[in-house]
Amino acid sequence: MEPLNMLEQIERYHRNEMSPEELAAFEAERKKDPELDQMTVEHHFFISQLESYSDRKRFKANLHDIHHNLQENGEIRSVQPNTRATVVAIWKRYRRVVSFAAAVAGVTALLTSGLTAAFSPKVAIREVEELRRKVNHLEKQTSNQRAEINAVRQKIDPALPVTIGGTSFIIDPKGYLITSAHVVEGARNIYVQHNDGHDYKARLVMSDRKRDLALLQIDDDDFKPGSPLPYGFNTRGTELAEPVFTLGYPKDEIVYGEGYLSARSGLKGDTLAYQISINANPGNSGGPILNRKGEVVGILNARQTEAEGVVFAVRARNIVRFVDEVKAMDTDVQVKIPTQSSLRNLDRVQQVRKIQDCVYMVKVVI
Amino acid sequence: MSKTERDQILLKALAQNDKEAIQTIYRENYSLVQHLVIHNNGSEDDARDVFQEGLIVLFEKSKSEDFELNCQIRTYIYSVCRRIWLKKLQYLRRFETQVEMLEETVSVEDDIEAHDKLNAQYGIMKAAMGKIGEPCKSLLEAFYVHQKSMTEISSFFGYTNADNAKTQKYKCLMRLKKLFFAQYKNGN
Repeated sequence: MEPLNMLEQIERYHRNEMSPEELAAFEAERKKDPELDQMTVEHHFFISQLESYSDRKRFKANLHDIHHNLQENGEIRSVQPNTRATVVAIWKRYRRVVSFAAAVAGVTALLTSGLTAAFSPKVAIREVEELRRKVNHLEKQTSNQRAEINAVRQKIDPALPVTIGGTSFIIDPKGYLITSAHVVEGARNIYVQHNDGHDYKARLVMSDRKRDLALLQIDDDDFKPGSPLPYGFNTRGTELAEPVFTLGYPKDEIVYGEGYLSARSGLKGDTLAYQISINANPGNSGGPILNRKGEVVGILNARQTEAEGVVFAVRARNIVRFVDEVKAMDTDVQVKIPTQSSLRNLDRVQQVRKIQDCVYMVKVVI
Repeated sequence: MSKTERDQILLKALAQNDKEAIQTIYRENYSLVQHLVIHNNGSEDDARDVFQEGLIVLFEKSKSEDFELNCQIRTYIYSVCRRIWLKKLQYLRRFETQVEMLEETVSVEDDIEAHDKLNAQYGIMKAAMGKIGEPCKSLLEAFYVHQKSMTEISSFFGYTNADNAKTQKYKCLMRLKKLFFAQYKNGN
């Protein structure tokens, strides 16, 4: 038997398509020929597998069609999933929209950057660079300033603006000095140090806590009464924004500071005082505040702890009044406060050169 | 007609691959399975796949000679689909919560096992079909899957007569058989 013929026979046998005579002949042949028998079994299995495969494939095709039909007829409807799967469902539903949007966004971004690169003028870049340099410069400045401020802050004890040590200045060449009362408060011994470094022993003549003023007298044999004072006292009052300067001893040598009168009253409307914008540190307390004519308009006494660069000065008029009171109480005290300034037409450097000899550091031993 | 009788008629028709019967079963049970799958971390596509797989199980079962169904079609389909979906969730590691029970279920483990075996055989045949190439694949599918007559096939594929087509068909069948058994013996 030819193989093709044989297979056809087996298949017909398998499908029960054989007539009884054919079937009998095939069965007889099969018994005689073990090869045919083997082949029949094998092919039978194969054909059933193939038919099973075909059946299922047909069934699947039917399922596919039916699903499609039912969906078109509206007999199968989409179901909203419950909340647990909402995000997943939303993602699945808008997946296409989202990916499209993302694609559009991507293309737009590329286009924008491309166009920007293509059309932005070269000059702009240079300007930007210059600006950046400026910004860098400013940053450097700011950090320098910050460092300075920190340095200053370290020097200032924020709790106590004025500590031991301060400034005083001569109001009478015979050896009388005026300073702030708090500078010498509780002092057992007071020394005043000249700008040249020479120390003189001093005594407290009188102090007034209320006005924060104290009168000192140099009580030292080494001290020689000097020439008339270069400055006078201005008791008429000063104008807002009038430039003022001060000399003091925030450190071991005399320091010059400049500012302006920022208010006519002191802390909390204190009319005894002026408010001055000036850089001052502890140690500046008791220093003279002078206007541009070289007239003493006040005496520096306090710094506002909450605000930088805000200090208060007791008005010159109150110094005069205080000295008058002292003189009235103690007739031994002979102080003549100068009212005329000889510095009026000098420039600031010359003014300061003359004034600094009259400004003393106060050293207190408690 | 009682529900059971109706089910029996449907199942007989189903075994014959009757499109009307399939459609009836499909229409009456799809939403139940869809609800099950979608409310348990599945998508609409998942629901369709699971339901169709479940129908295949029922179809294979209905074809077997010793077939008998001891419960309603609805219960059987729900049980099978639930089992299939649980397996799939475990496979996908999406199994987070207990899958809710909407309906009573029957034990379908044996049927699922048989189905998995048939699936494997189906896979082997599908792979063999994929390897034989054209025109063999189309020719064999026309004959076995689409159940065309040899006359239709010879005219469609351009053979001069049905005998030529038949010869070609047998050549293709021999090749498929070789490929199938090569894979089948490896796999078993």
